[in-house]
Amino acid sequence: MPRASARLTQKMAMVCVWATGAITVFALLVIIGYTLYRGLPHVGWSFLTTPPRGGTSGAGGISTVIVATLYLMGLTLVILVPLGVGAAVYLAEYAPDNRLTRLIRFGTEVLAGVPSIVFGMFGFALLVIALHFKFSILSGALTLVCLLLPTLIRTSEEAIKAVPRSYREAALALGATKWQTTWRVTLPAAIAGIATGIILCIGRAMGETAALYVTMGGTTALPTSLLSSGRTLAVHLYYLATVTNNLDGAFAVGVILIIVIVVTNSITTWLSQRFRGRMAGGA
Amino acid sequence: MDDKIETRQLSFYYAKRQALRNVNLKVREKQITAFIGPSGCGKSTLLRVLNRMNDTIPGTRIEGEVLLDGRSIYGSGVDVVEVRKRVGMVFQQPNPFPKSIFENVAFGPKVLGMSHKVSLDDTVERSLKAAALWDEVKDCLGKSGLALSGGQQQRLCIARALATEPEVLLMDEPCSALDPQSTLRIEELMDELKEQYTIVIVTHNLQQAGRVSDWTGFLFLGELVEYSKTADLFSRPQNKRTEDYITGRFG
Amino acid sequence: MRARYLIDRSSRTLLLVCAFLTLVVLAAIAVYTFMFALPAIREVGLWHFLFGKVWRPESGLYGILPMIVGSVVVTLGALILAVPLGIGCAILLAEVAPQRVRQFLRPAVELLVGIPSVVYGLVGLVIVVPLVRRIEGPGLSVAAGIIVLAVMILPTIVSISEDSIRAVPKSHKEGALALGATHWQTIWRVLLPSARSGIVASVVLGMGRAIGEAMAMIMVLGMAPRIPSSLFSPASTLAGMIAAEAPEASGVHRSALFAMSVVLFLLIIVINGVALAIMRRGSRAQGIS
Repeated sequence: MPRASARLTQKMAMVCVWATGAITVFALLVIIGYTLYRGLPHVGWSFLTTPPRGGTSGAGGISTVIVATLYLMGLTLVILVPLGVGAAVYLAEYAPDNRLTRLIRFGTEVLAGVPSIVFGMFGFALLVIALHFKFSILSGALTLVCLLLPTLIRTSEEAIKAVPRSYREAALALGATKWQTTWRVTLPAAIAGIATGIILCIGRAMGETAALYVTMGGTTALPTSLLSSGRTLAVHLYYLATVTNNLDGAFAVGVILIIVIVVTNSITTWLSQRFRGRMAGGA
Repeated sequence: MDDKIETRQLSFYYAKRQALRNVNLKVREKQITAFIGPSGCGKSTLLRVLNRMNDTIPGTRIEGEVLLDGRSIYGSGVDVVEVRKRVGMVFQQPNPFPKSIFENVAFGPKVLGMSHKVSLDDTVERSLKAAALWDEVKDCLGKSGLALSGGQQQRLCIARALATEPEVLLMDEPCSALDPQSTLRIEELMDELKEQYTIVIVTHNLQQAGRVSDWTGFLFLGELVEYSKTADLFSRPQNKRTEDYITGRFG
Repeated sequence: MRARYLIDRSSRTLLLVCAFLTLVVLAAIAVYTFMFALPAIREVGLWHFLFGKVWRPESGLYGILPMIVGSVVVTLGALILAVPLGIGCAILLAEVAPQRVRQFLRPAVELLVGIPSVVYGLVGLVIVVPLVRRIEGPGLSVAAGIIVLAVMILPTIVSISEDSIRAVPKSHKEGALALGATHWQTIWRVLLPSARSGIVASVVLGMGRAIGEAMAMIMVLGMAPRIPSSLFSPASTLAGMIAAEAPEASGVHRSALFAMSVVLFLLIIVINGVALAIMRRGSRAQGIS
């Protein structure tokens, strides 16, 4: 190809590439910018501490919503983390290369591709109706656990596999049992990666709407127990936007959600930077 | 001089491939024994047989006997953890845990249930002194093991292995990743350690084997071709293949 | 010290149970969803369910073709928009943009990846829908859905594709440049093909997110149970309809929603299979196994 036309092609291609960048930045600005512009003025101490008034006005704050969200996240993590990390440890350290293992991995992959509304319907059928948990934080949490399990297993397994083999060998050579090696050497060494995965799950759970919409119910009252119904921030945003005319309130919740994501992203970035050096053994 | 370790008709297989053929040798107590030979001759495999580290690799098979103080370490009912307590290992690449110096050395005793906090401090100090590292780190035991230099890390690994109070210390090319100065220090250390421990080292460095060891075994393609006092093996090798290897006719 | 061995052995079993749980969950979802879906299929008949053009539960009509069409159209449209934009932006970040630009743009993209879909839906409702209404129709439309979905999956495609392009070994790039290729030729002929599997993976991920999206689609599509006649007419998707009607539905209606879940899931498997097949064919053509 003659040099001139190649250079021309390159110029045009670069223009296109920069254009895509501009469009992406534009989209970013619109979404984050408009949400902040419209929602930030309404985010204040009273917004965070007064309960929502329900009904079509959508007036009031989000205090009960915050409480319900925290309850939900707490319960979900308490169940999810041991199960997910346990499964990951098994797959990374103990699983022999047999049919059962391949089946488990396959199951995890399939589960990862299931859309959240399907998890929601499952939770609805099994937990809300069949097990009589009703619309509750318990139903929501268990549904979230099923939804997030594949993600946590995948990230944790990666983190565990990234621990250099030499650590395990050294521990075994000193006379540690397999469990001692895993618990005292491998898992501590993988903790940064595992923590990153957990925080990723938190971020995802905060944004999850469909699955919780059909399992947690939509009450704005303060949840008093695990069997109480409630709304999370994302679900509350949805209600405000579709049922009430308080769009400003919806954007205010949007601002809160954006802040949560910024915080979780920052923490995961900090974690991976801080611990990458440690693992490589920098002086 | 007693035989600390003895192998009888030892053969070892990685799945279909035979890595060790009919090895018969006796490791003398409180002496340094070296295994030499070209790459892939089985010397590391032989070393790892002695503390059953090959158990961690799937598909391996062993024939023959390996005796520690006259008792087989592979029989049924033998506690592999007990074997590894008595036979410690230092690896080619220094591999301290990403923990503090103190925690590294204390790991073995803690895991084996050997001591309480007070005597842990003593154990750590004793082991670091035995590894000639105490003076350099005694004021910063909380520092990460990974923050030390290569030679120091290897001495830390030696201290860590010594903390379980083993009788035998296996060293798999312990100096190959280190600079000449660190190598010299570790060779001096080996000389001190042999007063208390039986040492078996694998090395591809013939000069090191000559300097450091009392007994040397030459392995070739999984066979123990020759095994005798170091001075004899190097000056009057009985076997042509040994002679060829030592004189550098092949590597 | 007997305890040590007890712990060692029992821990193995406990961990196996944890891992096995994923299979249990998957089986439970499959079983329950099918079980609850059967009544509707039995009542309506599989053919009429899948290809029926009318969804009117109050009259006992359960045809889901409008939703299937809606899902496919909206997802395809989003991909047509997002894939070129996404790959272009990935090239920008990985190869073209100076460090200063990258330092600000990459975290911004990461942020967009994590933003909940309801926020996208909200912005779509308040900005995109009125814009579309200015052009034609009620605003709640296929066009609005496509735009919102495209923006939603764009960051995913950008970030994963960029990582894949960066992961191509430097030696490939240097080899091409040393032969006299221009920067663009190197990108187009060497880097992109080498990063192909990662890029395809990002597209598949985006596709999964698009087709499974419920709440945002409720907000901007209108959930009209009719096959859309144009880009500007309202529509509905499988995921959206399920979420919209689930809390109020009962009896056969509820069962039909479960049947829709099954269809949605099968649709995803089919699309994933097609994508994987394309990927495998591509790498074989390149000589990679």
